[in-house]
Amino acid sequence: MSDTLISLKNVCVHIGAKVALHDVNLAIKSGEIVTVVGPNGSGKSTLLRTLVSAIKPTGGQITRMPNLRIGYVPQKLHIDPTLPLTVRRFLSLPRRVNDAVAEKALNDAGAGDLGKRQMTGLSGGQFQRVLLARALLNNPHILILDEATQGLDQPGSADFYAQIAQVRQNFGCAVLMVSHELHVVMAASDRVICLNGHICCEGAPEIVASAPEYRALFGSGTQGALALYRHEHSHTHDETCAHDHAQSHHNENSHDNSEATL
Amino acid sequence: MTLFDDFMVRATLAGLGVVLAAAPLGCFVVWRRMAYFGDATAHASILGVALALAFNVSILGGVLSVALIMALTVSALGGRGYAMDTLLGVMAHSSLAFGLVAVSFIDGVRVDLMAYLFGDILAVGRVDLLVIWGGAALVLLLLLARWSALLTSTLNPDLASAAGISPRREQLILSIALAMVVAVAIKVVGVLLIAAMLLIPAAAARPFARTPERMALIAVVIGAVSVLSGIQLAFQFDSPTGPTIVCVAAVLFCAASVLDYLRPNRA
Repeated sequence: MSDTLISLKNVCVHIGAKVALHDVNLAIKSGEIVTVVGPNGSGKSTLLRTLVSAIKPTGGQITRMPNLRIGYVPQKLHIDPTLPLTVRRFLSLPRRVNDAVAEKALNDAGAGDLGKRQMTGLSGGQFQRVLLARALLNNPHILILDEATQGLDQPGSADFYAQIAQVRQNFGCAVLMVSHELHVVMAASDRVICLNGHICCEGAPEIVASAPEYRALFGSGTQGALALYRHEHSHTHDETCAHDHAQSHHNENSHDNSEATL
Repeated sequence: MTLFDDFMVRATLAGLGVVLAAAPLGCFVVWRRMAYFGDATAHASILGVALALAFNVSILGGVLSVALIMALTVSALGGRGYAMDTLLGVMAHSSLAFGLVAVSFIDGVRVDLMAYLFGDILAVGRVDLLVIWGGAALVLLLLLARWSALLTSTLNPDLASAAGISPRREQLILSIALAMVVAVAIKVVGVLLIAAMLLIPAAAARPFARTPERMALIAVVIGAVSVLSGIQLAFQFDSPTGPTIVCVAAVLFCAASVLDYLRPNRA
């Protein structure tokens, strides 16, 4: 298992008194593209933030490859308008990088001409590209993206994902992302993880799309594609899902807890 | 050293020392929206003054410890039910009230207290000068040493964690720096106006800066101009010195805002 970058074993995370994640087992291998899907409040961001050490798990084990380099693109980054910051200066935080490295990263992320611009003056798409450039600075083994295209329009996010595909080809890095764009999930992922407080099911996209747990979460229309969009904001949990879960590896109580908060 | 015999020279040096530390720190206060935090720390320090007078220990020590305790308490209690501004308001005003009551039990300090509320920069002695410059240098060194880490966690706590920086630790460092600035600045502008010296130069510098470092530098310059001309004006018009310095800074802030508004391509 020398090519496993990160693995989680029975990881639980509490946010305050609430169980955000429980009994998560997961391994990311080098070079693979893994997409996490799940309804709002299912712990997707929590999972990613745990992986980048922004949150400490309350139970279980996280094993990282020695000297693992992670490139992290956060879900949203609010920069206070009182903070003057050029794109170039932003790339040198917290570690100063030289101009050649910064320029290469910007070019790799498709943001080559933005170096002198103010961060607060960028459009949504430009901003995400700069965040991507920053994540590429340390030549990462794995790129972790948290709903990186949130707030972008359809062509904008399609462009952004094309850029990610390009980056992955150039760098050969693994990609772990949260995404709601099902065409991306289905077309580009090696593996899809369906999350709802725990891992409901995982596997190749077509297998997950036809899994009963996935259907229970997202409905069954058009391989779940339309349902994913439709149910994202008005998710009601299906009883069959709870049943399926009751038979698997966790107790029903904690599951009910996490459901109550949905 | 006859130079230091002149109270005007001592006052000017004291003011410049405070500005040197307060202006860059003030930038962080502005960026992190901690304005009220500075206010609260300052208010709480009056309790420190009272305790120091009561127990006959150094004012600096009293103020520093109370300001630190407050900063730590607020950091620890933050995010547990009460909103930060509520928590700060409770702590700030109750410690101010306790401080005022405590002082009333001590004989012969009624006049002194005015000096701590509004500062008395013209009464700065050589020892005060040493304390101010020592404290300012410490704060400045602390900020310089942690600059990148502080800036990153100000930008986004998650980005900081991903880079191995603890946002909580950086927050703590800022709180300590804030407590120190308040403690050394109390003599110069007083408890009620310290927050002004933190905020106004930094806010006035914003329109002219393209990088954080530049903003901190410009803030120092604006603060220094306020101190120099404030002291001169106070001398000429026989007005209270601390408030006059803050008035000059406020006028500079207005001028900066107007200039920024009139600029054709606003950044």
